[in-house]
Amino acid sequence: MHRRARTAGLSSGLLVLLIAVTLASATIGPVDVAPLVVAKAALNAVGVPAGLAVSSESTRLLWLSAPVPVLDLTYAYPFSFSVPQSSEIIVRQVRLPRIALAAVVGFALAGAGVVMQGFFRNPMADPSIIGVSSGAAVGAVATIAFPLLLPFGLQTAAFAGALAAAFGVYLIASEGGRTPVATLLLAGVAVQTLLGAMVSYMLLHAGESLRQAVYWLMGHLHASTWAEVELTLPLAVLAFAVLLAYARDLNVLLLGEVDARTLGIEVERTKRLLLALSSVMTAAAVAVAGVIGFVGLIVPHVMRLLVGPDHRVLLPTSALAGASFLVATDTLARSGPAEVPVGIVTAALGAPFFLYLLRTREVHAL
Amino acid sequence: MISLDDVSVTRGDQSVLESVSASVSEGEFVGLVGPNGAGKTTLLQTINGVLAPDSGTVTVGGLDVRDASARELSRRVATVPQEATVGFEFDVRDIVEMGRTPYASRLSRGDYREDRRQVEAALERTETAAFADRSIRAISGGERQRVLLARALAQDTPALVLDEPTASLDINHQVRTLSLVADLVAEGKTAIAAIHDLDLAARFCDRLFLLANGSVAASGDPATVLDSRYLDDAFDTATAVATDPVTGTPSVTAMTDPPDRDPRVHVIGSGPVAATVLARLHEAGLSVTVGPLPDGDVALETARGRTIEALSVPPFGTVDADTERRLIDHIEAAAATVLVDPPLDPAGTVAEAAADTDQLIAVESDPATGRASDRSSTAYERLRDRAVVTPPTSVLETVVSTAPEQELSADD
Repeated sequence: MHRRARTAGLSSGLLVLLIAVTLASATIGPVDVAPLVVAKAALNAVGVPAGLAVSSESTRLLWLSAPVPVLDLTYAYPFSFSVPQSSEIIVRQVRLPRIALAAVVGFALAGAGVVMQGFFRNPMADPSIIGVSSGAAVGAVATIAFPLLLPFGLQTAAFAGALAAAFGVYLIASEGGRTPVATLLLAGVAVQTLLGAMVSYMLLHAGESLRQAVYWLMGHLHASTWAEVELTLPLAVLAFAVLLAYARDLNVLLLGEVDARTLGIEVERTKRLLLALSSVMTAAAVAVAGVIGFVGLIVPHVMRLLVGPDHRVLLPTSALAGASFLVATDTLARSGPAEVPVGIVTAALGAPFFLYLLRTREVHAL
Repeated sequence: MISLDDVSVTRGDQSVLESVSASVSEGEFVGLVGPNGAGKTTLLQTINGVLAPDSGTVTVGGLDVRDASARELSRRVATVPQEATVGFEFDVRDIVEMGRTPYASRLSRGDYREDRRQVEAALERTETAAFADRSIRAISGGERQRVLLARALAQDTPALVLDEPTASLDINHQVRTLSLVADLVAEGKTAIAAIHDLDLAARFCDRLFLLANGSVAASGDPATVLDSRYLDDAFDTATAVATDPVTGTPSVTAMTDPPDRDPRVHVIGSGPVAATVLARLHEAGLSVTVGPLPDGDVALETARGRTIEALSVPPFGTVDADTERRLIDHIEAAAATVLVDPPLDPAGTVAEAAADTDQLIAVESDPATGRASDRSSTAYERLRDRAVVTPPTSVLETVVSTAPEQELSADD
């Protein structure tokens, strides 16, 4: 089928682009590493799941600690090129985790952005519109400013804050089993404002940790670890896979809820699912990387101009393009004389580009 | 095929449908007519599952709409909505393909050959294939309406629900669209359509439901339902029903003045002079009534052409009791009564009806003699004595200056 071939073609093209951007990015940094060395080191890092092992681990959940059986994947590493050890460490332990995290976060934000824009039938919607980012900010800033009050980690707090805000907005906007999109939008704006006030107040009393909090709020990928990638990647990919299965429903929802219902869509149930999954996706990204604006807004927008509005094509291509976009902008953010939070770079690049599109192509007619 | 049993719907504390019972048989094309706000769209939405009725049962092909999943129902009923606003630039073909959603599978690719066949057939049938690859937002409103019909056809359902399918179409496409629906019905589909245009509804539907104030005021074949007895109440205006000379089906004309609004000027008299007077007064924006006029009179034609409410009598006939009563009502309600030449009034009824009014204007054209019988002539003289006499050319000025000003408000 024409559309499937096109989707597969575009997606593989974008995947190749992502790999190219990744390798290029890994050569850039304070220490120059030759592209060939990067490629070898990267291949050495490729692990293939080889088996399952069960281990018992003591997990701390809030205040309780209990032994929990954990399924562990064991990996086999098929490549072993000889690479200077310093380069191997720089690529594998410093640059690649950061690049991988940028890719996952960009993927999640752009994917969630597509869903939100379709869901709200509004090209100006982005994942933060239902309060996900503000909720994450409250959780994160609270942990940074008052570390003694909250007994769990920054990322857990941000993730929980994000989901709590989204769920709160959803509850406020729902009545009698229905959630009108317009109400949701307004409730989202109001909750965002309220949470913004809370963040401002906490910043006022943050004292020593003010700088750290502001840095988090600007969006950053500094000092990323493989552990963060391992936390975020499964959530993002899982949510994305389900969303992809609902791409056609998302198309039909663009016709309006009444029409969608007569075309066989269980409207409220589908809306709940789309909202929940895109919130989880955004929350997973924001929890590890802070508030990175414009990726979820502009990448879907540009991709819609390029590939059209069909979500079966738009969703995978946007997510992949978002990954490349954030890897590239983060490379810019860290390659200057002093590192800049990546959120500043995405906004500084994204906003003028958006305005350019607005003036030259008929984006305003979307 | 479709049946509503004692269905009530309330919105807020407003009752929209009140215990409506109706049924549409298989292979039948039913038209839903009635004024704005009568509940037509609401009724259709209880059938396609968009609205759950507060009480009562709706079944489609034996399936209770309340228990059916959206998917089950959308394989039985396809809906052509009143208007579609599409937020993003889909192609026409994409939109029609969305009609296949009820058959789509989330995990497998589904029977895409069947999907494609249905989509192409629907595009051909609705004559939308020519612009199938254009953006839905780049085509005209009329074309978009047909695309929505194509989408419903692609849904491949036994029943069709149409909400004002011809609202934004030109006369050519109105007729083409409705004959297409009628053809589909002839091929075995069942259709129920809300249609504003009563004449079109009468022409294409097998049966009509007249909906007014949330209940069915009349139902049956078009000739039975399109009767001023029902229509006047339902639409809250005076209506005239004639037979369309071309199609031979009922044709309904609404009169300018609803009965509860006072007519301002009543004109008595016939012939070309009366016609001129009528046209002049109407042109000036006054509310005008006229009569009695014999059928076929030129003034009656003028009145009908301008939807001026007219009392008619058979040629050479006399004024019956009903017409006389309405004549008296008109004259009483009028701020001024205009007599155009001595009326043909063999029984003196007209003169009698006009006897009590204060504001009389007599329009006299030159050869205004020797037409009336002696008896009516005498009666006319008596009226003329009390009247302001004026030539036809200055009738408007006289009416405006004679009648009490505040009563002569312009027709809105």
